[in-house]
Amino acid sequence: MDFLSKNLPYLLAGISVGGQYALIAIGYTMVYGILRLINFAHGDIFMVAGLVLIYSTTVFPLYISIPLTIIVTVILGMSIEKIAYRPLRNSPRMSVMISAIGVSYLLQNLALYITGGLAQVYPTIPFISSPITIGPATTKVVTILTPILMIILVIGLMQLINHTKIGMAMRSVSTDFETSRLMGINVNNVISMTFVIGSFLAAIGSLLYFSNYPSVIPTSGGMPGLKAFVAAVFGGIGSIPGAVIGAMLIGIVENLIKGVGWTTFSDAFTFVLLIFVLLFKPTGLFGEAATDKV
Amino acid sequence: MSDKNKNVASTGNTVGKVTSAGGPGFGNKREDGLSGRILLKVSDLKVSYGGIEAVRGISFDVPEGEIVTLIGANGAGKSSTLRSIVGLEKPSAGSITFNGMELTSMGTEQIVKNGITLVPEGRRVFVNLSVYENLRMGAYLRNDDLSKDLDWVYSLFPRLKERHWQAAGTLSGGEQQMLAIARALMSRPQMIMMDEPSLGLAPIIVQEVFDIIREINRQGMTILLVEQNANMALKAADKGYVMETGRITLSGSGMDLAENQEVKEAYLGKARK
Ligand SMILES: Nc1ncnc2c1ncn2[C@@H]1O[C@H](COP(=O)(O)OP(=O)(O)O)[C@@H](O)[C@H]1O
Ligand SMILES: [Mg+2]
Repeated sequence: MDFLSKNLPYLLAGISVGGQYALIAIGYTMVYGILRLINFAHGDIFMVAGLVLIYSTTVFPLYISIPLTIIVTVILGMSIEKIAYRPLRNSPRMSVMISAIGVSYLLQNLALYITGGLAQVYPTIPFISSPITIGPATTKVVTILTPILMIILVIGLMQLINHTKIGMAMRSVSTDFETSRLMGINVNNVISMTFVIGSFLAAIGSLLYFSNYPSVIPTSGGMPGLKAFVAAVFGGIGSIPGAVIGAMLIGIVENLIKGVGWTTFSDAFTFVLLIFVLLFKPTGLFGEAATDKV
Repeated sequence: MSDKNKNVASTGNTVGKVTSAGGPGFGNKREDGLSGRILLKVSDLKVSYGGIEAVRGISFDVPEGEIVTLIGANGAGKSSTLRSIVGLEKPSAGSITFNGMELTSMGTEQIVKNGITLVPEGRRVFVNLSVYENLRMGAYLRNDDLSKDLDWVYSLFPRLKERHWQAAGTLSGGEQQMLAIARALMSRPQMIMMDEPSLGLAPIIVQEVFDIIREINRQGMTILLVEQNANMALKAADKGYVMETGRITLSGSGMDLAENQEVKEAYLGKARK
């Protein structure tokens, strides 16, 4: 009991951060599922979403800024696919990966240019930043809101993928481009759709994540992006439930480690986990057994 | 079926050597009273991969309501021909018309919309989708009620009905081939093309596949069939073309080709050494 009350704040923080990682991780895992591409720019898309909200709140009220941020992020994700990945559709996968790394640096440097290298203060979003008391712990509403919102979004996404025609088309395209085309499926549109979904979730994740932080800098997407990526690998890249479980695990464990007082090692945990997964179960929790494309 | 064979036989000895790239002299003359309207017309088609010319200027027709077969050894260019008809490969020269429409400038999606479907080599069912979902994907471009067509394909392939919710990847090779054909039929095509549907199947299953091909044709479907199993294909076909290294070297009615000495030697198990 004493242990619980002492660690409850960390556990809550873990669940919350885990939920935010999950929203990012789904973008990695879906894009990988369909293109066999690790979208290195995804973490930076998440960072850009943070900056877009900051700049738009200087002009618009929040009820406009938030939807605007989501729309801009979605358009950004879609455009990156169209401009940087689509022309390389028939190139070796390594080329697309290098293109993704290029986009990542481009976004970071663009952000550096626009922000002038100064940390940009993230606005306080009322309600989700209000304090809330749960048992012995006092925290922000966002802590509780994140896992709830994440679960609702994931259920909605699973419904879409498993029970709609576009979802079926997404699963078809993820196994076989050419045969999907023979069905009359527009493969490019389906791929765009996965980028739309991934960027949408990253934008939501960014709203929740950055409301816990004072500011956004051009490299703000790096760490959460990396952790979400490890979560996706741990869960079995390509699997959405896997990504969610991996993200929750990473979020909770790194915060419990902080609770024990080993804050310095909390980030290291993620990378130790990555090494162990790659060594002992490279396909992750729910990964398909090496049914690689080509 | 029996009267069809008689009709084909009555066209007489029409096996002709094709020497030039030009089409064989079939025209659409038929003596059996069927319209024989040319549905698909391929003229001087060439397909290249890099510097390699896989199809070197072939011409052939597929009349409405008939089974036309393209036979030939591995690497002859049969798959390349089918793939370019459905827009998966871009021909380097030549024309392909379907119902008078030029297909070479269209994308696959549009070609499928216009009524052509391909059962690809190696079946290529969506292994992680259920049988039912595979059929739904076959009808991807349709927005009308599918229940009639589902009933129809399930009546053609009762074994698929029993496996309605089973993942396609868990089906046997023969069942996967049936599913690939059923999936193609779900688009309600005007013409169905099949790339080696008997490949890798047990003889009894091959027989079943060919029975289905005949049955679908009997119900009015135009079929362009590519096979290495020349014997079965020629027996089922109204018209046959023999492909060798990117060229059509022989053509004729299915019956006549099956009796042709060169074909027998090359493809019907009496190969000369
Ligand atoms: N994607 C490709 N890239 C390069 N060469 C190819 C490709 N597809 C087929 N070929 C070549 O084209 C020729 C014809 O192949 P194909 O049309 O598959 O013949 P078939 O179906 O009659 O066996 C072969 O020599 C094959 O190696
Ligand atoms: Mg072939």
